[in-house]
Amino acid sequence: MANLILKDAQIVTDDWHFLGTDEPLPDVAQSIVFPFTRWLDEHEQCLTHPGSKGVALANTDCVTQLVSDLDELHLICIDFPSATDGRGYSQARILRQRYGYKNELRAVGEVLVDQLFLLQRCGFNAFAVQTDQGVCHAAKYLNPFSSYYQ
Amino acid sequence: MALMYQYSPVDQRLVDERVVQFRDQTRRFIKGELSEEAFRPLRLMNGLYIQRHAPMLRIAIPYGLLSSEQLRKLSYVARTYDRSYGHLTTRQNIQFNWLKLEQVPDLLADLATVQMHAIQTSGNCIRNITADHMAGAIEGELEDPRPYCEIMRQWSTLHPEFSFLPRKFKIAMSGAQNDRAATQVHDIGIQIVRDPTTEEVGFRILVGGGLGRTPVIGKLIRDFLPKKHLLSYLEAILRIYNLAGRRDNKYKARIKILVNSLGIEQFTQLVENEWLQLKDNSLTLDDFSIAKIRDHFQPFDYAPVTDGKDVIAAKRNISPAFSAWYEHNTQSHKVPGYRIVTLSVKAPQQAPGDLTDVQMDGVAELADQYSFSQIRVSHEQNLILADVAETDIPALWRVLVTLDLATPNIGSLTDIICCPGLDFCSLANAGAIPIAKQINARFDDMDYLYDLGEIKIKISGCMNACGHHHVGHIGILGVDKKGEEWYQITLGGSAEENATLGKIIGPAVAKDDVAETIAKILDTFVAKRQDQESFLDAVHRLGISPFKKAVYG
Repeated sequence: MANLILKDAQIVTDDWHFLGTDEPLPDVAQSIVFPFTRWLDEHEQCLTHPGSKGVALANTDCVTQLVSDLDELHLICIDFPSATDGRGYSQARILRQRYGYKNELRAVGEVLVDQLFLLQRCGFNAFAVQTDQGVCHAAKYLNPFSSYYQ
Repeated sequence: MALMYQYSPVDQRLVDERVVQFRDQTRRFIKGELSEEAFRPLRLMNGLYIQRHAPMLRIAIPYGLLSSEQLRKLSYVARTYDRSYGHLTTRQNIQFNWLKLEQVPDLLADLATVQMHAIQTSGNCIRNITADHMAGAIEGELEDPRPYCEIMRQWSTLHPEFSFLPRKFKIAMSGAQNDRAATQVHDIGIQIVRDPTTEEVGFRILVGGGLGRTPVIGKLIRDFLPKKHLLSYLEAILRIYNLAGRRDNKYKARIKILVNSLGIEQFTQLVENEWLQLKDNSLTLDDFSIAKIRDHFQPFDYAPVTDGKDVIAAKRNISPAFSAWYEHNTQSHKVPGYRIVTLSVKAPQQAPGDLTDVQMDGVAELADQYSFSQIRVSHEQNLILADVAETDIPALWRVLVTLDLATPNIGSLTDIICCPGLDFCSLANAGAIPIAKQINARFDDMDYLYDLGEIKIKISGCMNACGHHHVGHIGILGVDKKGEEWYQITLGGSAEENATLGKIIGPAVAKDDVAETIAKILDTFVAKRQDQESFLDAVHRLGISPFKKAVYG
């Protein structure tokens, strides 16, 4: 079954392939999300990948290491190992506000609908919402407030 | 006339929408769509705990300031949703202990009608911003901290980046010489200071203070911060903490642990580097936006009071009870002819900080009559009418006596800070309120207490230290020993400008022996006291050994 995510307030099919740590690099023009360690370790090969490129970050990774690659990346995923671990919010704001990253920024892991309004305001525009919460209804949780102080 | 912050339509809408959001979350939990685990952080973010008996809701009183209208609403809430009383906390909040979960959204909607909320009164986020409860009225204040607290309240409310910190985060601010806001034992403590060379008024910032299992006095991170950089500097500190604070062990997750493990020099360096990136961005406060908030806190239009001293003197002459109360429960105001009056929420038979609906309505009425319709709550769990004309004080006192809010014990041994303890709190190991009552029963001779001078007793029912025992002149910590309640005693702590952590005098004492143990400590103090030396000074001069000897032989 197709994997659905919420992106730019729409339900869309996720057509990215998340590359495993031991999986060979494909040479077809497929959209690939690289584990952060492989992106660093196999940097040259990753950059020459003919398809769209993305990186999956843990919330302990230092986003500054991606700065020179931001123009190459069409997707950055930030993992939330638990909904109450808020490090990803800071990573997102640094990527967007300080380094001007413009492409898709996706929250993955324990992403709950009640956190979408905070995630969105930190710069996430895509959400792999936990399936038991129903991605179909997720969009209505994006804007529970008309305005904010920040 | 209300010179306090008034919500704009934007502020009001945000609080209203928060009620709608929480109502939906509560509905989904009750229907089973949200698990207990998923609901937990959501309800905590709105101050709702599941307690020993029933859900407890903590409501924010930003920087301790209430209007009479707000206090009347709290009275209504106590009557309508609770058992007709509320509890003032050590962080300028009020708690209701006997609620029904399904009624909480309606309660919050009622509060929103008077510009009140429970946003971020719990959870691992930036909590209610607290301040000196005498701000704006006390003499010698460099500047009123409350406008800056309101600026921080807005900045921290629903902050997208800092809603899931490693642990809770508490900020306090003081603008006076005497630190009544305990700024040295907060995650961030802010003191309003004047730069000695430029004369500019700005902020001195402390970081990593706190009580709990690992009590620490805050460390200086910046000795002068220009006002306009307040929010960007806070954001830099919070960001470093959010990214680097420990999350593997909740007892090691407060910012004080991070500051201690890195050392203040390295932590400061990280913050300053981060700040260089944030400084001068949209968080910068311009003079206009500061002035706009300060306008809400302009001084009242104080009518001249001419014969106040005579009125007071005459009343003191005929009433020793009034005289004692006046001396202990009122203090001078920055405007001649006015007094700051503390209402003791520490009557001997009552749990410290517990306030009935009748008392709330009574105080609201008094505030309307005598104190510009405003009331303050202090972290010492008392109420303050901060702007009373001397000529009104005798009449005010008569009503306070009938409300049981005139116990003349402010600053004395029975003006006890006390957490809810085992009677209410599911974290507690031992009772705290029964100890306060035991001390009240043992020390009921007010003249003896007045002779002792200022003594602050602070009682916590567990090591989380909500009763601030580490910084009590006498601190009492309840511990559980094989199912029995025992009490560890510390001496010499202070939360004020001379902040110090108390020292443990020896093994915990049995529950029934607490007041007697304190009696031995006080006897030692009286025997060794030099002139009118305060208890705290005596403990610091003598060390704990004479007290230890008196207690344990």
